[in-house]
Amino acid sequence: MAEILLRTEGLCKSFGAVQACNNLALEVVAGEVHALIGPNGAGKTTLLNQLSGDLMPDAGRIFFSGREITRLPLYKRAHLGLARSYQITSIFPQLTVEENLLLAIQAHCGHSFHFWQKAGEEPQLRAALALALAQVGLTERAKIQAATLSHGEKKQLEVGMALACNPKLLLLDEPMAGMGPGGTVEMSNLIMKLKQHMTILLVEHDMKAIFALADRITVLVYGEVIASGPPEEIRTDPAVRQAYLGDEVQ
Amino acid sequence: MFRTPTRKSLSLVAGGLLLLCLPPIAHLSGEPYLISLFSRILIYALAAVSLDLILGYGGMVSLGHAAFFGIGAYVTAILSSHNYEGIAILPWPITLAGHASALVAWPLAMMIAALLAALIGALSLRTSGMHFIMITLAFSQMLYYFFVSLEAYGGDDGLSLFSRNALPGLDLSKDTHFYYLCLALMSVFLVIAYRLVHSPFGMVIRGCRENEKRMQALGFPTFRYKLACFVIAGAAAGLAGALVANQTEYVSPGLMHWSRSGVILIMVLLGGTGTLFGPVLGAATFLLLEEFLPIYTEHWMLYLGPFLIVVVLFARHGLYGILVGRERDNG
Repeated sequence: MAEILLRTEGLCKSFGAVQACNNLALEVVAGEVHALIGPNGAGKTTLLNQLSGDLMPDAGRIFFSGREITRLPLYKRAHLGLARSYQITSIFPQLTVEENLLLAIQAHCGHSFHFWQKAGEEPQLRAALALALAQVGLTERAKIQAATLSHGEKKQLEVGMALACNPKLLLLDEPMAGMGPGGTVEMSNLIMKLKQHMTILLVEHDMKAIFALADRITVLVYGEVIASGPPEEIRTDPAVRQAYLGDEVQ
Repeated sequence: MFRTPTRKSLSLVAGGLLLLCLPPIAHLSGEPYLISLFSRILIYALAAVSLDLILGYGGMVSLGHAAFFGIGAYVTAILSSHNYEGIAILPWPITLAGHASALVAWPLAMMIAALLAALIGALSLRTSGMHFIMITLAFSQMLYYFFVSLEAYGGDDGLSLFSRNALPGLDLSKDTHFYYLCLALMSVFLVIAYRLVHSPFGMVIRGCRENEKRMQALGFPTFRYKLACFVIAGAAAGLAGALVANQTEYVSPGLMHWSRSGVILIMVLLGGTGTLFGPVLGAATFLLLEEFLPIYTEHWMLYLGPFLIVVVLFARHGLYGILVGRERDNG
């Protein structure tokens, strides 16, 4: 059995009367692409928010690389190797593409209480920056303001920022949402490449991409796990078909 | 390297030259009071640039900046009055005497303003948006009422300085000397602020303005960075306060009233938020209008108000944005 990188135990979160996460247990094995699917409102993003530290769970525990992180603030989790991208693109629109990535790199090069020298001038930072730009194919766009990027490029930048943190586990929240067919293929290729270096927990609606990419799939309905297993198993699971896939997948 | 002059470099050179040559011009044209008016402009410019550091770059809209301005002024005035009367401020357990030297009073004013900023910042930076505005406002009003009721130092009536502080090599009682000192200090702070906003620290601060949550997800403990920025701005406003106490040789609680914070905020908005020279331009425009509009009409505020609204509504980066066009580049 491979090492379990991330594990949750009895995770609960509710918003008023809505139970977005109900006694949820999830295991992500190191090295896999683990996809999280479920109908709208199943609590996928809520789960991701609790894993990254954007939200604190009402009850339950979260373990990451054998260490409990349930109450750890966002920035400390990032330093342990947990990075995420957001469903609603979350970049720094007024900064340039380069500065966006530089911030991500800077976050993991010790503290940034340097008041005098110019940002991004150390050679090792420049090298990391060049790599980060190339990784997501934005080298040509380095100097332009992030606000002026196309939607697909913003998504790429977003993923690039998560990558620049050099994480052990990457949480991707709908990286393909709103992308055209070309963009979807490009993003799939990127995820395939990343797979060799890190574990990925992916929330996505594009079923074709998920069944092509994922090693394991967990299905959430109303905040509960109704099935978890390899794609073939999920495809034929009667409960899943009934609750979610309907007749879409033959 | 020689580059063709741009609107930005031309404006900066022209502005710098004007400020450098102002005292001789004022003397030659027989209007020496312009020197003290421009000293005042430079002092408020320093306060406005410091506010813009947290407001324009850090996205922290504070309505309590006058607290640091006022405390700097009071530290200077209290030290000076004790020195004049020869009574120790604190006779026991350690003797704390008054002081008339700028080299003691001004750094102390900055330190106490920085401490106050650390305290106010540590509490108010736990909130954001409207709550942050209201909390900073409340703190500065608390300080205002504290000094209003502090009878030992004049209370409501304020406190007069016997003379300006002493500084080796300069005679600060001469308006020209004082003017050049203000110009030098304001310029030094502009250089510091320029380096600051382009440093790794400045990048983090600008990132927090755009998207603080994202900064945390990247791994930045944003609270510490914002607090450090708030303290730096507070210290600079404290220095501006020490200067204004010297310029008018009088301090009053009005210096830390929330309306004073509002005036500094207006200067920043008028000149251009998120630019360094904008607040300088804003301070100059505001104080010049305040000085000269009343010559033409008693109801000058009736004209100042709409002017402010038009600039804030239609010029995204204020007067500085209009002046230099597209090449702001965070400068």
